[in-house]
Amino acid sequence: MLTAAIIAILVTMILALVRAFLGPTEYDRMLAANSFGTKTVLLIALGGHALSWHSYLDVALLYAMVNFVGTIAVMRFFENSKQDGKEGSGGAS
Amino acid sequence: MNLLLEWTSAFFLLAGGFLCITGGVGLLRMPDFFSRVHAAGVTETLAAPLLLCGLMLQMEWSLDLVKVFMILVFVLATNPTATQAMAKATLTGGQKPLVTGNDAAKGDSPSNS
Repeated sequence: MLTAAIIAILVTMILALVRAFLGPTEYDRMLAANSFGTKTVLLIALGGHALSWHSYLDVALLYAMVNFVGTIAVMRFFENSKQDGKEGSGGAS
Repeated sequence: MNLLLEWTSAFFLLAGGFLCITGGVGLLRMPDFFSRVHAAGVTETLAAPLLLCGLMLQMEWSLDLVKVFMILVFVLATNPTATQAMAKATLTGGQKPLVTGNDAAKGDSPSNS
């Protein structure tokens, strides 16, 4: 069952990568990157247990934290840059 | 007892994998950014705890179990936060949600829900 879950996670990562390549806006790419990062955490946790690695859970925990902070930081950057650049469409909301 | 743990773990892992694939398909096929955020965020928030619970049921009592539980709590706390931050940043950045003709005729501001 671990193998089936790992295959499902890999398929989802491929779908997220396709969305990251296709994405019309940068928000789509960032959403796909965040989804990819979460799936990477799950893949490290499940795959490390299946292959009996050493101290893989520390890597997974650290990856989750870096993924969250990176997503928030990049979203902050996009938010501010868009507001400064296009005042006509973004300032009202 | 052992068999029960094994079957419960298998059920959790299969349900989590199914939700994972559902979220990926929704992320790829939904027509609009906000529906994509919805598809990815909702399924990730449920799929990650299901997969990690299925993993926890297969491990023995050790420090690694506590670490998996910490990952679960962290993912469960940060995933909706990141999703909400992304949706809010997109809305502030000037993108409008895609609405159908029926909804657009009823009210002019669908983004203020």
